[in-house]
Amino acid sequence: MATKFDAIMARRGEIMLAALGMDYSVFEQSPIAFDYEGMMSAHGYSLDDIVGIQTRAGVGHTPLLELKNLTDVVRSMSAPGKGARIFVKDEAANMAGAFKDRRASVSIHVAKEKGYEGVIAATSGNYGAAVSSQAARYGLKCIICQETFDSRHIGQPEIVEKSRICEAFGAEVIQMTVGPELFFHMVELLDQTGYFAASLYSSFGVSGIETLGLEIAEEMTALTGAPPTHCVITHAGGGNTTGTARGLKRAGATDTQIISASVDLSGLHMASDDDFNRKSFTTGHTGFGVPFATWPDRADVPRNAARSLRYIDRYLTVTQGEVFYITEAMSKIEGLERGPAGNTAMTVAVSLARDLPRDATVVVQETEYTGAGKHHWAQLNFAKEMGVEVRSGDPKGNVPGKVIVIPERPEQIQAQDFDVARMRKSYVRNALKNAPEGYAPTAADIAFLAADTNSDAAAVEAILAALKEA
Amino acid sequence: MTDAIQCKAGDWVEVQRVLLEPADRSKNLPPETAEKPLRMWIKGFAQAAGALGDPMTIETMTGRLVEGSLSAINPGYFHTFGNPIPELVHVGVDLRARLADYHAAQGDAPAGKGGA
Ligand SMILES: Cc1ncc(COP(=O)(O)O)c(C=O)c1O
Repeated sequence: MATKFDAIMARRGEIMLAALGMDYSVFEQSPIAFDYEGMMSAHGYSLDDIVGIQTRAGVGHTPLLELKNLTDVVRSMSAPGKGARIFVKDEAANMAGAFKDRRASVSIHVAKEKGYEGVIAATSGNYGAAVSSQAARYGLKCIICQETFDSRHIGQPEIVEKSRICEAFGAEVIQMTVGPELFFHMVELLDQTGYFAASLYSSFGVSGIETLGLEIAEEMTALTGAPPTHCVITHAGGGNTTGTARGLKRAGATDTQIISASVDLSGLHMASDDDFNRKSFTTGHTGFGVPFATWPDRADVPRNAARSLRYIDRYLTVTQGEVFYITEAMSKIEGLERGPAGNTAMTVAVSLARDLPRDATVVVQETEYTGAGKHHWAQLNFAKEMGVEVRSGDPKGNVPGKVIVIPERPEQIQAQDFDVARMRKSYVRNALKNAPEGYAPTAADIAFLAADTNSDAAAVEAILAALKEA
Repeated sequence: MTDAIQCKAGDWVEVQRVLLEPADRSKNLPPETAEKPLRMWIKGFAQAAGALGDPMTIETMTGRLVEGSLSAINPGYFHTFGNPIPELVHVGVDLRARLADYHAAQGDAPAGKGGA
């Protein structure tokens, strides 16, 4: 029997078509391939246009800071000649406190231009604050659907703070218990209200992040004479990586290594009512990072604009305790008190810079705001209340959801390489799985899969052959 | 937290309701989630007087009328920073001492004193 859930989901395509302000079907080329660049440019805005939209909206142009003390901490534990310079883009300086303002600004601009009365987004993160803030400036109504509580009505401080800030900006916040049906309710509301779907994964949103890559390339060139050698990016759904990398490339920084960074939450189930409050990071973690990188089209749009495997050179993970340590360190030695999730890339940068030459330049491309609830102390105190053990020691003892180990010394911070080749393989497997059964990929499909995984036709063919064997 | 158990029409309140009963939920859920209803909470202006637990209609910030049962009156926010984390309190002094040693070994002037 069809449930209420199934009934709405069956009409999802038609509802989203009206709510997205864009027909995605024109980009489809086959059951596997679509015209990604065509989709990305269909809004017709140049990068300059987007800079203009954002400047008028009070978004972007955030400070680029060199972190000399943090660099010296790294050098104090590096081999001679090693220890790269570390920089950060202080994205917390955006009005709603994160790079997500860039992402929201283009969507909200489009919603206003197209005459929508309001906007809806499903997000428990900083994006909700960004959409709410931009909607307030443009005079649009705003609904944020948030996964906030477990079934006992307990919410982690960080998410409760995100409810507060959205409500502070005048949004209607729908707080829900754990489950992917958040998306079902969002679709139901889009149907009822006729509002614009300000999806995290639309081309509007991801194009808005490109200006961050552009600013980094320009400001690093002004400061050091060249774009950064490495850009480290806190990674969840992959929009941050995709948009920043695209912006760097469009600014001519084609040699900058793109390093995605996530907190390791392996073993925790993202739809589990029990695990929900046993994770101390609500974004920037592998629980989103891996599934979205290996199957981006699981998102709430027909084709996800965030396709991180196209851009990732390396994917490094760190543990929760390591990020909390670096978050504390940043306050104490750099005078920069910022939210923990945004410091995921900072933690990876400390590990990475240690092994790079002194003249290498590592840009951590964001920070996020902090405050009551959205703070590493609040998250750790909450973890203890939820029965998670917090102790000092070697972060190798970390067990997501059970033990958070705070390093005793910075030497113990060691990012781990996540196998990108394996992610490519799993992406290709998912692409096949989502095509009709028995569909044989054409040469054009193989070229698409190669571009979508930043590899080549031979590599894709090898993966396809191996999948056939299995 | 307000201790009010009664609201007047026009008060800022919160209602809660079940969006999906377990039987109506997505089929791909871990058992501990699947066995529970999907619930929601939302704030707005009470359309009538009522007591906690009563059926209540609110007008939300977007002007929608939403029905539920009255779950809070003038609901606030009580998240904080909490106590310092014992496992982190040493980080600042440790790293400052490390930097001082490193700068001394490099022959730098100590931070904040002298230098160009
Ligand atoms: C502060 C911060 N950093 C990084 C991310 C990750 O961005 P993305 O989901 O696009 O990978 C998020 C998004 O949730 C965020 O809020």
